[in-house]
Parts: sequence; structure tokens; C-alpha cells
Amino acid sequence: MKRTITRLLMAPSVILLLIWMIVPLSMTIYFSTIRFNLLYPGQNNFVGWMNFEFFITDPGFMPAVLNTLILLISVLIITVVLGVALSALIDKPFFGQGIVRVLLISPFFIMPTVNALIWKNMMMNPVYGVFAWISQSLGLEPIDWLSDFPLMSVIIMVSWQWLPFAILVFVTALQSQDTEQKEAAQMDGATGWHIFRYLTIPHLSRPIAVVVMIETIFLLAVFAEIFVSTGGGPGYDSTNLAYLIYNQALLQYDVGVASAGGLFAVILANIVAFFLIRAVGKNLTV
Amino acid sequence: MSYLTITELQKHYDSYHALRGINLSITEGEFVVFVGPSGCGKSTLLRTIAGLESSSEGSINLDNRDITELASSKRDLAMVFQSYALYPHMTVADNLSFALRLAKVPDSEIAEKVRSVSASLQLDPLLDRKPKELSGGQRQRVAIGRAIVRQPKVFLFDEPLSNLDAALRVQMRLELARLHKKLGTTMIYVTHDQVEAMTLADRVVILNAGQIEQVGTPLELYRQPNSRFVAEFIGTPKMNLLEVFDITRQDSQLSLDIGVGHINFPNNRINGPVPSSVKLGIRPEHMHLVEEGGDFSGKIELVEHLGSEAYTHIQLDNQQTIIVKAPARSNIQDGQLVQIKIDLDEVILFNDSDRVISKLAEDATND
Repeated sequence: MKRTITRLLMAPSVILLLIWMIVPLSMTIYFSTIRFNLLYPGQNNFVGWMNFEFFITDPGFMPAVLNTLILLISVLIITVVLGVALSALIDKPFFGQGIVRVLLISPFFIMPTVNALIWKNMMMNPVYGVFAWISQSLGLEPIDWLSDFPLMSVIIMVSWQWLPFAILVFVTALQSQDTEQKEAAQMDGATGWHIFRYLTIPHLSRPIAVVVMIETIFLLAVFAEIFVSTGGGPGYDSTNLAYLIYNQALLQYDVGVASAGGLFAVILANIVAFFLIRAVGKNLTV
Repeated sequence: MSYLTITELQKHYDSYHALRGINLSITEGEFVVFVGPSGCGKSTLLRTIAGLESSSEGSINLDNRDITELASSKRDLAMVFQSYALYPHMTVADNLSFALRLAKVPDSEIAEKVRSVSASLQLDPLLDRKPKELSGGQRQRVAIGRAIVRQPKVFLFDEPLSNLDAALRVQMRLELARLHKKLGTTMIYVTHDQVEAMTLADRVVILNAGQIEQVGTPLELYRQPNSRFVAEFIGTPKMNLLEVFDITRQDSQLSLDIGVGHINFPNNRINGPVPSSVKLGIRPEHMHLVEEGGDFSGKIELVEHLGSEAYTHIQLDNQQTIIVKAPARSNIQDGQLVQIKIDLDEVILFNDSDRVISKLAEDATND
């Protein structure tokens, strides 16, 4: 009886959430099974798996999947490793600590589009970018980052954007580390490295798991940086799944194939999530 | 022979003078307790000995070696922290062996040492557990075990029992006393709890405002404090202080006018010349409620029954309030008029600058 009432009372919110999730999903599934090209209105007949076939056999598909994974893993490694190192570095009080912290965190406040523009026009531009100037003053040939190393350029931009998030989480976590434990280790003969290795890293394992999880959600769908800087090119060198789907839907006006691509992205995200949860998720229990 | 010698130790923080010239020598195997009110510098002193704080001036010598500037790991000391500071990601066994592993002691030797320590502290069933799966008392034992396993020259304890509940605290106190008897290692123990200080210590160091107020055995401090601070700090409830309004010299004694009566105090128990004004200190347990023939009288304001005894708060005729320890079932009522008899031998006199000027009664007879 009590159970029924509980369920009844919970029903409205559960139903609302279900609709919220199921309507877009089922519409995507529906679109993916019909011919739906904006250039040919009215010809919305059922086509079965054809949209999926088109998407998977698209020459951009394999590069896009690979680029998505490379981008995800590289940015995760860069932000976690640099994030832990920098947070540990600025944990001890020093002169100007507050300003340094604000500066380290500020890239997070810059929107992805602006971030990409800054990197594209001010840092990586082969003629008047900062990197070009550095190369030239060292007597080297300037590198045209966006055309020669497009994916690497995107990785640098996205890492710059997400490193502050990692630092923010790790700095907060380090502040909750027990000082008496560090002192006890110090008396036990531990060096700074030992304390970092045996106390700080284990202490950070849960924040690291959180950072990896949250970043994964956003990094699978990186779009603005690619759109603004490389436009997915040259060729498909910096196209990821999100950009490929955009390409299908809005450049080729094929909503059907784009929906199929969207469903594939959901599957990929689930596969990645499965491995991630197995790898780091055990830190989140208890 | 002194084992640990502290000479003229000073500690300045930015704007705060935490230790103001500490001189102390501790012999090998001694159990020394630092006690004092919060902010007196007792923890700072311990942490300076441990090397967790650097000293501003002065030196620390341990076993004929100057350790003032040495890193804490090289000082041959082990510390038990207030929060136990167990390494949360390691099992009990790993916690115990951490220092030995860092020192690259051979595995077989580590295993042997961990086994003997865990056996002596009854940690065997807990060796595979993580600290968060242990109770407070068990964590405490692991923290002590982690200190013992290194076989240090001196154990340092920083208020180790303050996180335990009352019953466990008494039990751990006993275990610490046993441990000291068994190991015979020098121990330095910081607490703000005078009961811990009195029961555990061979010698108690009372600190006040960054200075050593007095050093002595628990009984010496109780019977022969050298200042008002020590007299009031040791003993519960704290010592009563009575204003002396007038001193009249008689042949071999002084007649002290305390406003509600006169106390005759033998002349030969006073160190040096008699000052013009004194205060009289008497502990609650050295006064007795009597039917008649008391030294002065007062009205009972409040009785606190503790079961084993009762603290009676008495208002004297001159509005001063004193506390007298009475037997548990003395059948006294609030508002009742009583006579108070004091043990003259236990009276202590203070001069204007709160130093003690009286001697023990048994010392006086030898004059």
C-alpha cells in the first residue's frame, strides 16, 4: 500500500523525465530509418538500414571515430597529468598564490569559440602568431599548425580549455588532504616524492575519476573548436563524430544519415563509458 | 645523565612568540608529560622536538647528538598524532611497515618486526583492514604500533587520547602506562588533561605562555607548586584563594586576617622575609565541614553531588565563594550554615607577584 503511494507520487517526475528522454531518442531512431533529405522534401519513405550504411561507409567515418578517440584520450591524459602536477605545485603557500590560481583557472571562463579564435589567430597563425614569432626568432621555419598538425592543434586548444577544470578539482581536493598524515610520513622518513606518490596520488584517485568522467562527456562532443579553427580539415584530418554529423545534417541537408550518425555516437559513448567505469569507476564506490 | 637536552629554545612565528626560552633535560626512559592550557606552546614544543617546526634559536640534543637542524626523519623519533594520521589508502600492515619499507629494510626483517608489534598490540586480526574500517581505539593502537615498529629513541605523543570517548580513554591510558613499563623507552606526551598528566608522568612539565612554569613529579606539583598558576592548574576543583587583609606577627607564627577569621601560620614555613601582603591558597580537599570549632563559617550556596564525594560551594560572610570537598552522604542542604576547618599543614601562601613563599610543613620542622 505504502509502496503504491510512493510510486504514485513519484510518477509525474519519472514520466516527465522519460518523455524528455524518449521523445527525442525515438524521433532520432525514426528519422534514421526514413529517407529525410531537406533537398528532396516529401520523399520520406522507409529505407531500413540504408542511412546507417551510408554513414558507416562514408569516407569520413573511420577517420572521425579515430579522431574522436584520439582527441578524448590525449586531452584526458594531458589535463589529468598536468592538472595533478600543477595543483601539487601551487598547493604550498607562496607569494602571489591567489593570482596564480586565478590565472590558472581563467581559461575555463573563455567560451570554446573564442578560445579557438585566440589560438587560431593569435598563437598558431603561421604569419603573425606567437608560435611563428618564437620559431622565427630562433631562426626556424614557422609551422603552419592548423594545416600541418590539425588534430594536434585541436588537442592543444581543448586541453587549454579543460586543464583549468582539472586544476580546480584537484586544488580543492588537495586542500582537504590531512596535514598530519604528511607530517607522519615525513617522520617516517618519506621524501617529498614519497609523500606525493604514496599519499597525494591515492588521495586524488577519486577526484581524478570525477575529472575523467565529466571531461569524457564533453570531449566526445567537441565541436566549436573544430568548426572555428580547422573546419574538420584538411580532408578529414580533424573531423570528429560530432563534426561529421553536423556535416551530414547541415552541409548535405541529410537529416536521415545525420540521425543514424547520432545513434552511432550514442553507441560509441556507451562503449567508452563502459570501459571508463570499469577502469576508474571503482574509485567512486563507497 | 641527560638524554634529551633542550637549551634556550625560542620559536617565533610572524608576530607571535610561541616559545620563550625553554630549558629542559630529560633522562633516558623517563615518561615526561607537557601540560598547560591551550595556546601555552606545549604542542609547538613537541613539534619543534620532532622537527616539524624549526626553532628560531636554541638547541636540542638527543643522546649526545645535536639534532636542532636535522630533518625529522633523521632524528630517531616517532610520533603519535592526535588524529592518528594513519595512511588511509594502506592496510594496517602497510601502515606499520611504511617507515621500514622507505628505509629499505629487508623484507624478512620487516615481516618479523610487524609480526611482533602486531602481536603485542593485538592487531593480528586487523592487519588486512584499512584504517576507515577500524574503531577509534583500534586506530589508536595502530598509530602506536607504527611508532613502536621503528624502535625510536624517543616516542612523542600529541594529545593521543583526546579523540576517544571517556571509557576508552581510561583504558588506553592504562595501556600506555603498561607499554612504557614494558619498553622502557623515553616518552614525551602532550596533553591538556591534568588527570592524564598526573597518572602517566614520571615528571610533569607545566607550560604557560611559552615558558616552563614548573617541572616536577606529579606529587611535587600538587603539594609544592611554586606559583599561583601551577597551584590553580593542578587539582580539581581548583585551589581556593583567600584574600589576606592583615598580617600580625606573633612569636613563632603569623596571624593572617582573612576577613572572616584568623589563621595562624607558623613563621618557619615562610621562605625569606615576610612580605607585607600575601594571599592564602587552600585546596578544596583540605577543608572540612564541621559542626563547631571551625576556623570560619559560611552558608552553603550549592552542592554538586558526584556520587563518590560532593563539591560544596560556600559563600563566606564577606561574600567570597569557596569550594569544599565533602564526603558523599554528609546530608548537607543548600542554604545551611556551616563551619569550616582547614588543614593548616596544607595551606600555601603567595606573595603579590603570585609566587609561592611557603614551604611544606615537614620541611619546616627541620629548621
